[in-house]
Amino acid sequence: MDLYQELILEHSKRPHHAGLREPFDAEVHHINPTCGDEVTLRVDVSGTGPDAVVTDVSYQAQGCSISVASSSVLAEEVIGRPVGEALETFEAMRAMLTSKGAVKGDEELIGDGVAFAGVSKYPARVKCALLGWTAFTDALARAGVDISTTSSASPQGVSP
Amino acid sequence: MTEVLPFTGGELAAIRGDFPILARTVRDGRQLVYLDSGATSHKPSAVLDAERAFYEQRNAAVHRGAHQLAEEATDDFESARATVASFIGAPSDEVVFTKNATEALNLVAYAFSNAGPTDDPKDERFVLGAGDEILVTEMEHHANLVPWQELARRTGATLRWVPVGEDGALDLDGLDDLLTERTKVFAFTHVSNVLGTVNPVGELAQRARAVGALVVVDACQSVPHLPVDVATLGADFIAFSGHKMYGPMGVGVLWGRGELLDVMPPFLTGGSMIELVTMERSTYAPAPQKFEAGVPNAAQAVGLAAAVRWIEAIGVDRVHAHEAALVDLLQRGLAERPWVRVVGPAVGTPRGGAVAFVVDGVHAHDVGQVLDDAGVAVRVGHHCAWPLHRALGATATTRASFAVHNTVADVETLLAALDRVPEIFGIDVDDTDPDAELETRHDARALRGEHSGQPDESERAAS
Repeated sequence: MDLYQELILEHSKRPHHAGLREPFDAEVHHINPTCGDEVTLRVDVSGTGPDAVVTDVSYQAQGCSISVASSSVLAEEVIGRPVGEALETFEAMRAMLTSKGAVKGDEELIGDGVAFAGVSKYPARVKCALLGWTAFTDALARAGVDISTTSSASPQGVSP
Repeated sequence: MTEVLPFTGGELAAIRGDFPILARTVRDGRQLVYLDSGATSHKPSAVLDAERAFYEQRNAAVHRGAHQLAEEATDDFESARATVASFIGAPSDEVVFTKNATEALNLVAYAFSNAGPTDDPKDERFVLGAGDEILVTEMEHHANLVPWQELARRTGATLRWVPVGEDGALDLDGLDDLLTERTKVFAFTHVSNVLGTVNPVGELAQRARAVGALVVVDACQSVPHLPVDVATLGADFIAFSGHKMYGPMGVGVLWGRGELLDVMPPFLTGGSMIELVTMERSTYAPAPQKFEAGVPNAAQAVGLAAAVRWIEAIGVDRVHAHEAALVDLLQRGLAERPWVRVVGPAVGTPRGGAVAFVVDGVHAHDVGQVLDDAGVAVRVGHHCAWPLHRALGATATTRASFAVHNTVADVETLLAALDRVPEIFGIDVDDTDPDAELETRHDARALRGEHSGQPDESERAAS
């Protein structure tokens, strides 16, 4: 089955940047109520406006391989990046995940996120792959970052 | 194992042939192995035909109109009620059709807070307030938990619960402290939708009756799978769903003792449930109409009656024997795999049609995905029993649940697919520690402040 790419399994077994760290500007706790998966995620942002940079993303994820690996890839892709770029990565991830297999994903934009292309063929798992990402955008908003350029911070079915 | 099954190969093939959906394939041409009947069962052709025939030949709003279609539709609806009532050993007028079992349970829960201050006479059994208690159990489906939490919130009554023991049975040691003169209602499941545990309804009901508490039983996982006779069960109310017993979605059943239904305040109000209406006030029709406001789900009730006849033609005791043999086979197969931990009663303990398990180190969602890849449909998650999963120390479990059409081959396909899990997720099958999960479970207990059954705000907030 093409869902469980080696990259996903590696990230889920040894999630990068895992754990909750100081300092942070906002912390959120998101749950997938259908399966009980949970992620607590913190963001630390430096600078403001267009110059804002994601200094750190730390998290504690409890859930399936897809949701844990997704948080790991998220941290890998956005730490040290300008907020604008991080949100573009989120948009690209979401576009791919909700495309039902039509969008392959651009490695330049989403890095290891391309390993999740297979998830889009399994609608029940899209929520798992987006759990960390929606927590991230929610945390950015709570940290005072304007995320209005993203089409929606909370896709259907994922409740905080 | 085949020889212990009560059906001949031909009989089982005929049963399977009644389900059109079993002929379809899933995931690139694999034969569907449906082991999710605890969530919803498939529908035999007889049910689909009955529903279609109702719409094609007799479609009318029942209990209204004097035209011939209305008469025939009303006859069909009331005859469906009689069929369902007879199946559970009840008089017809004690069966209320609802949207589903959740609505049936809410109907009773709301009755406890729907008595008005000016009602006269008011039956004290249905009046709840501060100082009164509602007792549930830790193994309840959310449908038999959240309505009682809400009732406690509305009335100021206190919610308490019976904990689940290590063996997957209710821990009844502290029941005398939990079930007291203060208890107005004791709501519990007949058969756990996760553990498969069969609760001793008779004993629990007797003890509830001794303190004057009403007994509400969630029978969703028992009525389709075991002979249930309300005359001897001991409950005051039972709720079950049509769609879990080969019937259509959109119909559930509440059975209540006649004398209780007579005095119980209504839940939903409006047309059909009235006797006399003026601008100031209304009086209500006798039960069961009092609890069936609006145009009822007649086509679904007719479909459910067809499902009941279909089960009766096979014999619910044979259904049970068949499913029990498959449950046993699966439990034994899982026991041979030390990297799998089954939750619930040990092999050999009488249990319902659900077998839930944990693969150490692999999330249930991932296990379910591997099974799905082989065409095996199971349920993953907390199965609407989140507090129970917390007590088990598991985020989620994988649940196989049986129906009469399942086969030994279905179990074998599941086990073969399951054997791919360690390989895909890199689990060392020789290096699993069966005690590891148990420790987690004890830790979870400790974290929860031990299972006193006392209300705990943090736990209630999280449920």
